[in-house]
Amino acid sequence: MNQVDETGGARELSSSPAPLLALKGVSKRFGAVEALKDVDFELRPGEVVGLVGDNGAGKSTLIKSIAGVQPADDGQAFFEGSPVRLTSPQAASRLGIATVYQDLALCENLDVVENLYLGHEVGNGLPGMDLLDEPAMEHRTLELLDSLGVTTIRSVRTEVAQLSGGQRQAVAIARSLLGEPKVVLLDEPTAALGIVQTREILKLIERLRERGLGVVVISHNLANVFEVADRIVVLRLGRAVASLDADDTKREQVVGAITGAEFGGEEIDRTTEEQTL
Amino acid sequence: MSAATEEAAPAPGVERERSPVSEFLRRLAQGEFASVRVLVGIAVIWTIFQIANDRFLTSINLSNLVLQITAVATISIGVVLVLLLGEIDLSVGAVSGLAAGVMAVLNVKQGWPAELAIAAGLATGAAIGLFNGFMVTTFRIPSFVVTLAGLLAWQGALLAVLGSTGTVNLSDNLITDLTSTFFAPGLGWALAVAVIAVYAFTVWWARRRRASAGLEPQPLTGALVRIAVVAAAVLAAVAILNDDRGVPLAALIMISLMAIFSFITNRTRYGRHIYAVGGNAEAARRAGIRINWVRISVFVLASTLAAAGGVLAASRLLAVNQSSGASDLLLLAIAGPVIAGTSLFGGRGFVWSALLGALVIGSISNGMDLLALASDVKFMVTGGVLLIAVTIDALTRLRQQTSGAP
Repeated sequence: MNQVDETGGARELSSSPAPLLALKGVSKRFGAVEALKDVDFELRPGEVVGLVGDNGAGKSTLIKSIAGVQPADDGQAFFEGSPVRLTSPQAASRLGIATVYQDLALCENLDVVENLYLGHEVGNGLPGMDLLDEPAMEHRTLELLDSLGVTTIRSVRTEVAQLSGGQRQAVAIARSLLGEPKVVLLDEPTAALGIVQTREILKLIERLRERGLGVVVISHNLANVFEVADRIVVLRLGRAVASLDADDTKREQVVGAITGAEFGGEEIDRTTEEQTL
Repeated sequence: MSAATEEAAPAPGVERERSPVSEFLRRLAQGEFASVRVLVGIAVIWTIFQIANDRFLTSINLSNLVLQITAVATISIGVVLVLLLGEIDLSVGAVSGLAAGVMAVLNVKQGWPAELAIAAGLATGAAIGLFNGFMVTTFRIPSFVVTLAGLLAWQGALLAVLGSTGTVNLSDNLITDLTSTFFAPGLGWALAVAVIAVYAFTVWWARRRRASAGLEPQPLTGALVRIAVVAAAVLAAVAILNDDRGVPLAALIMISLMAIFSFITNRTRYGRHIYAVGGNAEAARRAGIRINWVRISVFVLASTLAAAGGVLAASRLLAVNQSSGASDLLLLAIAGPVIAGTSLFGGRGFVWSALLGALVIGSISNGMDLLALASDVKFMVTGGVLLIAVTIDALTRLRQQTSGAP
């Protein structure tokens, strides 16, 4: 993990060496539909990439292929420079790729601590009587939420059913961090959130960047993407048509790339070599 | 909507300034402490019946009440587990009858030793539970349908097992002693002290562990009140039972099962996973929980507990007949936990609701028997109480939602 010391250096990435995650020539078909066509994608540590595109452009398919839920048909994946196979969710999570889906997958009847540790409960380690170690889990939950700047959840023993949408999103993101991932994929984290809550989630994403994580954010909301992303990758009809530095890009350029008006289907950021398997 | 909820939330810290008493009342009004509400309900029911008939609150009648509810409360433990999953088991009544029938026939007609016969009865329950769980998980058939079919089929199986005689009388001491053994007063008190000591220790241990983990301790008054309530209830129960025949073995069996399953559901990974599957099965699956294994095992436990309840019922009746496990047993076993706050929709509830619910229903039934009311009135009153209890529960839940506690 030679990227650790890059925390905070989000804006000077151009000099950093190997990307955390690199996809080359990724394709995915569903029957006659080509959901992804020869997509290249890179993510560096401490970088937030906004993944935008119209409905059906392939954003979710790309995320799912990275997460191993719907493995790509073609193409190569590199994690920290070495070739890897993202063929299952387990394989992806072993590498350190965590995904927060739009439905969050929380149990409403369980409290924050219970949801965070669901499936990975901490035991007290007594031989023959390995019972839940609630204080340990609660303590670490408080620490984690604190380090993420999540302050609106009054008690971590509150049922998730009683939390607001923003608080739930924060819980889901916090849970994805328990496995100490290096890459976090967020699917529409601010959809269906109010203004105040959206702001909190964007702040939370900035904290993830400060931790040196690579973050991919799918969003329909360009304003949010511009606010939080370092780089914006535009997908159109299954192709990666643009990779833009968020600081030097105007909103109209992104809209143009999404609709195909400006770049006319011409890929800006693609290698000419075909590196398909 | 959710945005408004959060913005309306008071700033952190505001809540902590309230006194513990007003905090308790607020949470009670918002529908927490379902068990407190049920205890109040039991107090009301007992008061009404005591006014109507002054023999109701005598030690002999309360002792009988305890014996009357042991079988259904034991069956209800399994029902709670299934309800927590968000499933239902309509076959528990029929399974309890069939298991008792298997035990009785093996013991009386085939001459098996009582221990083996009881084990065979319990194994019958476990096998049926395995079948139910298999059908629900493998073929995705709703548990309502699978166990409704079972309700009919296992009743038929009971008739087949009993054969042409129809009734098998039990005389083996080991079986009949299950519900006719009473402990000497001294032993009863010793049990009470032991139970209170264990409970107080667990509360103290939990506080100590929180403290050593550097967490804010829960209010000491709350812990002391809980210990005091449990101690008072246990001591009162033992005093009443000792005044009559002593603490019944059957009650000890039922309470022990409650304690064991309460412990499993609250303190173990497996218990946590039961709640998770009932709350959001897809989330549980993605969290790596083997949800089908959880479902099948819970159906096995539920049917086995139903079988245990059937054995207790047979022991008390001293016989197994064609109506064992039939009539309203199934509905009472399900209604009890629901009255006491276990949700029919999964993920919410607690094992002790099996006991509290059985106490409510048992008290009403027992009180009306004392008043020599006819069956027509009994059925209607019991149905009315069930409806009222569930309505109160629904109302408090609605209030809980609209109050938008964050």
